[in-house]
Amino acid sequence: MSQMQMEVTRERQRNKRTMKTSATNSSQADESTAPVEQDPVAIETKDLCSWYGNFQALHDISLSIPKNKVTAFIGPSGCGKSTLLRWFNRMNDTIPSARATGHVRLGETDLLDATTDVVELRRRIGIVFQKANPFPKSIFENVAFGPRLHMQLSRSELSDLVEWALRKAAVWEEVKDRLNAPALGLSGGQQQRLCIARAIATGPEVLLMDEPCSALDPASTLAIEDLMDELRDQYSIIIVTHNMQQASRCSDKTAFFFEGRVVEFASTEKIFTSPDSEKTEDYVRGRFG
Amino acid sequence: MSVNHNNATETDSPVPRSPKDLQSQLRGSEKRISLDHIFRKACVAIAAVSVVILLFLLGSIITQGVPSLSITLLTGTPEPDAEQAGAWPAIAGTIWVCSICALITLPIGIGTAVLLEEFKPRNRWTTKVFSVIQVNISNLAGVPSVVYGILGLTAFVSMFGLFDGPEQRQNHLEIGATYYDQFTNLASDPFMSMGIEDAKERYFLAPVASASLPPTVPKAGMTAFEYQGDELIEVDVIIVGPEDFPSDDPEELSLSIDASAIPGRISEKAWYYFSLPFGRGVLAGALTLMLVILPVIIISSQEALRAVPSSLRDGARGLGATSWQVVWNITLPAAAPGILTGSILAMSRAIGETAPILIIAGIVYIRNAPQHLMDSYTVLPLQIYNWTSRPQEEFHSIAAAGIVVLLLILLTFNAAAVVLRQRMQNKTR
Repeated sequence: MSQMQMEVTRERQRNKRTMKTSATNSSQADESTAPVEQDPVAIETKDLCSWYGNFQALHDISLSIPKNKVTAFIGPSGCGKSTLLRWFNRMNDTIPSARATGHVRLGETDLLDATTDVVELRRRIGIVFQKANPFPKSIFENVAFGPRLHMQLSRSELSDLVEWALRKAAVWEEVKDRLNAPALGLSGGQQQRLCIARAIATGPEVLLMDEPCSALDPASTLAIEDLMDELRDQYSIIIVTHNMQQASRCSDKTAFFFEGRVVEFASTEKIFTSPDSEKTEDYVRGRFG
Repeated sequence: MSVNHNNATETDSPVPRSPKDLQSQLRGSEKRISLDHIFRKACVAIAAVSVVILLFLLGSIITQGVPSLSITLLTGTPEPDAEQAGAWPAIAGTIWVCSICALITLPIGIGTAVLLEEFKPRNRWTTKVFSVIQVNISNLAGVPSVVYGILGLTAFVSMFGLFDGPEQRQNHLEIGATYYDQFTNLASDPFMSMGIEDAKERYFLAPVASASLPPTVPKAGMTAFEYQGDELIEVDVIIVGPEDFPSDDPEELSLSIDASAIPGRISEKAWYYFSLPFGRGVLAGALTLMLVILPVIIISSQEALRAVPSSLRDGARGLGATSWQVVWNITLPAAAPGILTGSILAMSRAIGETAPILIIAGIVYIRNAPQHLMDSYTVLPLQIYNWTSRPQEEFHSIAAAGIVVLLLILLTFNAAAVVLRQRMQNKTR
């Protein structure tokens, strides 16, 4: 077991070294050749493999998640899309049997490095879960929780920040008169938007959404989708969804996952109209999954 | 048998039978509904039995005890006369032992529960250690409390005899005790004070550096103190040798000490007095009760922590909270009502616990409330036990009154728990 881990870390170090050299090479190459118009990258994964115990959940994932765009991960249940999402802010650390090799880069930092400051990482990459999980505290305290962890704020700064986040998450009008009421008294859709407000209150660059609408009614789903549309200017949003319409409605790029591999990663339009892979076409047409 | 049957149905009808085919097999619901009624009534009857027994016990205690309830019972000391007997030392002892027990047990118990629930083991070795701890805690919860009494006697009262030796009590560790040698003056000697009526009996205290020193020999110019009211005042004493004649002056006679007088060793203990081994003191009692209720507190706290949905932990973690921040800000507040309920129930058990205290404190005659952690004490259940075991009828009724007091303390405790829990839940839900 420990031998295996050592091998993994050794491999990781080796990869890092080779990657560094390749990075310098490519930058030199970029200067020489004509620059290709490319989206700025928020998160980049390279040869990411992930295991739960002996089960390999992800195989060699190499993706570039564009900055300030909505990226959708689609695919049948158990295809690894949530696993990948949870590696982006190391939520998989809470699962003892989960481990990964390869690279996930956010700017200059490799997220999978053992030395990565996970606390700071999670401030920069917020996450919204499938089921709304407001803390059993007041609405205000829920939104203030994240900022309190990371910043030293005065009372007025904090309440400004809370209002900003709630406005941004489009729940301010509904809750402004009862900020001290328990958050669990809100409706499901309001709770989920509160969770989004909570996630953006720490000032993240990337927002991960793990099936944020799967437990919501159509009206609330629509509200969340509108909200994502509003937020895409400032945040890179990655959304995992089982809802094909949702992916086609609100994402710019879509990745189709199947059995732990990325089958196709392209613009949403292409994925839903003329995908390269037959498997993708079958899936988006609803023939399986 | 069943295999044959299956084969038979397969050959008889290749298509499995649907509910429609089996409609003839429907049994009416009246029978089941009437059975349901019977079941409900049986439940009520069984519940009623325990309530009736409880009411009967309460009724008999209250009718016997309430007439003997009096201020004397609450504030008095246990006198041999039942009319004047009170339970104040026992009530104070119960408060001392239980509050110290709570102070020690709650952090340890809740801390252990947090460790076992929130910091799950990450490798096979720690998993094994954790499961051994878990099994032991569950087992310890079922151990009779007498056993804990015996354990407390060895571990806390005598500390495995580690501090016993040929010098015995003289060598043991002590903090907060000052020793004095107490002399009586010549005026207390009836022969010396004969005819001198104004001479008063007085006691003088000569400080001693350590308990193991030999008795002080009275010498001219030695420092001596005397209690005047509550204060220790230094006095100049006159040492009268075998050759000297004591003065006739009553004032001087009362300040005189015989040079051959042998003092008595007494000690003054501060409220923070501490010694090893603990002896039959309050601290030993509290630690023994800790052993009794620790498993209960750990298990109930674990249950409460387990009931906190893990989505809350994920939520906090996803915002960048550290393990400590998750536990302190999210998990513990969410589990607090449950932890509190379990702790209060455990404390109620500690208050009523008699057997271990009987073993480590014994039935002793205590006239004063405990003054420090090592002071001897008695508790209310023990006092009640003491009174009930006497032949006189009057003592039985003050024992009943004592039970009423004990019940009132327990009820207040439980009521406080309910109120606190309600308040916490209102805050969050």
